[in-house]
Amino acid sequence: MTTNHVELRPGAYADSVTLLQVSRAVQGLDGVLAAQVAMATALNIEVLTEMGFAVPAQAGANDMVVALRLADADALDVALAGVDAALRDANRRDDGPTEVAPPRTTASAFRRVPDGLALVSVPGANALVEAMDAVEAGHDVMVFSDNVPLDQEIVLKRAAAERGLLVMGPDCGTAVVGGLGLGFANTVSPGPVGIVAASGTGCQQLLALLDHAGVGVSSALGVGGRDLSAEVRGLSTREALRRLDEDAAVELIVLVSKPPADDVAAEIREYAGSLGTPVELVLLGPGKPDLTAGTEAVLRRLGRDVPDWPVSGSTAERGGGRFLRGLFVGGTLASEAKLIATDALGAASVGSAGHTFVDFGDDAYTTGRAHPMIDPSLRLDHLARAAADPETAVILLDVVLGHGAEPDPSALLAPAIAAVSQPVVVAVVGTEADPQDLARQVHALADAGAEVHLSNARATRRAIELIGAAR
Amino acid sequence: MTTPATVVNVGADLFADAIADQAVAVTRVDWRPPMDGTDADLATLAADPLRRTANERALAAMLEVTATLVDVAPASELLGLEPGQFLHAGPPIAWERASGPLRGALMGGAALEGLVDDPEDAAALFESGTSVSLEPCHHRSTVGPMAGVVTPSMWMFVLEDAATGRRTFCSLNEGLGKVLRYGAYGPEVLTRLRWMRDVLGPLLQKAVRAVRDSGQGPVDVTGILTQMLQMGDEAHNRNRAGTLMLLRDLSPAMVTSGTGSADVAESLRFVGGNDHFFLNLAMPACKLALDAARGTEGSTMVVAMARNGTDFGIQTAGTGDEWFTGPAQLADGLFLGDYGPDDANPDIGDSAITETAGIGGFAMATAPAIVRLVGGSVPDALATTRRMHEITLGENPRWTVPVLEFQGVPSGIDVTRVCRTGILPQINTGMAGKQAGVGQVGAGLVTPPAEIFPKALARLAELARERAAR
Repeated sequence: MTTNHVELRPGAYADSVTLLQVSRAVQGLDGVLAAQVAMATALNIEVLTEMGFAVPAQAGANDMVVALRLADADALDVALAGVDAALRDANRRDDGPTEVAPPRTTASAFRRVPDGLALVSVPGANALVEAMDAVEAGHDVMVFSDNVPLDQEIVLKRAAAERGLLVMGPDCGTAVVGGLGLGFANTVSPGPVGIVAASGTGCQQLLALLDHAGVGVSSALGVGGRDLSAEVRGLSTREALRRLDEDAAVELIVLVSKPPADDVAAEIREYAGSLGTPVELVLLGPGKPDLTAGTEAVLRRLGRDVPDWPVSGSTAERGGGRFLRGLFVGGTLASEAKLIATDALGAASVGSAGHTFVDFGDDAYTTGRAHPMIDPSLRLDHLARAAADPETAVILLDVVLGHGAEPDPSALLAPAIAAVSQPVVVAVVGTEADPQDLARQVHALADAGAEVHLSNARATRRAIELIGAAR
Repeated sequence: MTTPATVVNVGADLFADAIADQAVAVTRVDWRPPMDGTDADLATLAADPLRRTANERALAAMLEVTATLVDVAPASELLGLEPGQFLHAGPPIAWERASGPLRGALMGGAALEGLVDDPEDAAALFESGTSVSLEPCHHRSTVGPMAGVVTPSMWMFVLEDAATGRRTFCSLNEGLGKVLRYGAYGPEVLTRLRWMRDVLGPLLQKAVRAVRDSGQGPVDVTGILTQMLQMGDEAHNRNRAGTLMLLRDLSPAMVTSGTGSADVAESLRFVGGNDHFFLNLAMPACKLALDAARGTEGSTMVVAMARNGTDFGIQTAGTGDEWFTGPAQLADGLFLGDYGPDDANPDIGDSAITETAGIGGFAMATAPAIVRLVGGSVPDALATTRRMHEITLGENPRWTVPVLEFQGVPSGIDVTRVCRTGILPQINTGMAGKQAGVGQVGAGLVTPPAEIFPKALARLAELARERAAR
């Protein structure tokens, strides 16, 4: 008969991505019905509780929880051995014989490698310490970590500015530095565009659309969502602009951001005006052009043709329900969709009692948990809930491809979409050379019954149109 | 922009894999969460504008010092120590909490000074506490191995930093086995101490002064340390090459000192037969270097690690004379004869000043001859020295390890790095019997209690916050 086994491992630690791999490996064992190996953060305890596991009250964020649902209690030994083996395998690295242990801090790593940049994705509370190591050793740093306090961001960026170094982030999801993709980055050809982006998925949408239009990108430098705030005052944006201006390959710099604080906007415009390279601002917000329109403006400024943005597949027949359910992994894609919907349907109809736009990459969903571009389980769960809700008229999703993201997102998403009776519209943000194979992903989702767009704005407008049809 | 030559990845391995897939080299940091409760203090110190330069200055000050042997004289003259005043190893402690070996050494010391005839009678003297006082060696510019007891009549080495005239002091080493510093106080212990007081001390004084005043100048203790580290000594548990080099430098002057040849011969035999004789020069040389870094505001560098047999204490460059203490640990290693773990006292002595300065356990890689003595293997020794680089600010360009391609020893323990990595300083140590009077029972490896580093970190962070608020 089915039994649950929950054990705490105080002091054991692995990052959320490793634990996701471990959980999956254990789920595949005979006799294991469900397995969740996770750090006992509040969010993970909630998930475990919802799964029907009783987590001991003393569990804290520094404890590892092993939760197993077994077909039979006899399977426990095999399952626990499987957990240990998976944890061990996850840590094993095939680097050949290594006499010298790996460095334990970023400072120690930079004693061993004289140049290069740092990519920091430790928990937010620890990010400043590692990033400061890089800056003090004279290296640029990308901080993927979110939940970094604002005062720490300012300290880090001031220290970098004093040394002429670039801090990308915190909460910088995407960067392309001299062709190298960092974090969640799409594979792009070199070209005349340099991007400075305060938004990760906004940057990825631009990369995807420019790629489709045949325009390459030399570098795309993230600066973090708060860089143009009144507090941070564009410290990273200035340095990123300066770097791209120095790059002879860059003919046009595109700055993608939410509208900056007013006086900061003036400062940045003035600085941009002092550069030799023209700067095109793509500002996101109410009453501003969306990312697709912004890309089209960039193409026109470069004297290129604006192509037709591709669409594949067709949606299911409309059913009942009144509301649009947007379930996103990309924060900027979620806010873009919400803005477009608010504009089209009115502010009163958007919100918890109406059309909803959830960003599963938001800090609230990622504390102690991998980003939804890596771990789709939370969104899949919400997709099933939205499909079961009689109020749901249309479901709008995004899929973001590129380095770092799930290797085959349609593998789990396509069957889930096929099980949905309402119309489903998906924006697949990716480039042809991305490791996931853009065409194959689009086909799989279209075959499952979704209408698939490259442009998130187009996808959103189509979803709104379908609601109108549902009225 | 050019493609980065290397990316240092700290955090999710997935991103390192993605970079490797794009044919760019990745160095993966084996990151783990810091010690419990240190996140906020570590961030405060990372943000402290003083920290980096303060640590650079503290390390440079320490590495600049050259210690020379300028004199040998009684503690009463050098330190103004008076009858009834006792120095001891480690952070401050009273008789009530003192361990067996410290009590034994104090009792023997009281007999040596003639405060009692029988050492056993001294217990009552220390219990009443009216005519005696205890003070840490470190508070008097002194270091003492094991119990570290110094009494007024004991002769001390005087080390001087020629650049500043600063001095540090240490008693003369008695040898191994039944000796005062391990808590033994039998008749043979007191007889040896009296001979050291009456014969060895005065002879060494003449020789050291003669060498100092000759054309060659005073013995360069830092220079001997440089050489002995290339000769298989780590200068804590192995001092054989150093001891013989000291003899080489002093013996002509001992012979020509005018002292009777029998006493000279006995002294040469005593020093040459005591492989640890140089330890009592290595220790004050390390202290002289580390003291140069004391009082560097904002520095998170450790300037002293010391144990009194009950407590393990550290001091840092940025926190003045404050001690951060926790319970001394039991060493893990090999035991002499029939002794076993139950016979050993917790860690004791100021000798961890050698590790604080980057030698001893930190230079284990250079002393393969003693890795078994402290219960290890040669690969362990190499790994230990490499691991200590993870918690230190830099390397010592003078003190190098041949087998590690002459890499400098790991120098300047950084409290923040200890808290970040959870790696504790590795100390090579002797083990004293826990009963007063027993003496040495073994030797092994030990670490400080982990909790003293977050304590020091919290104080450093508090001071940084006060500076930021000013």
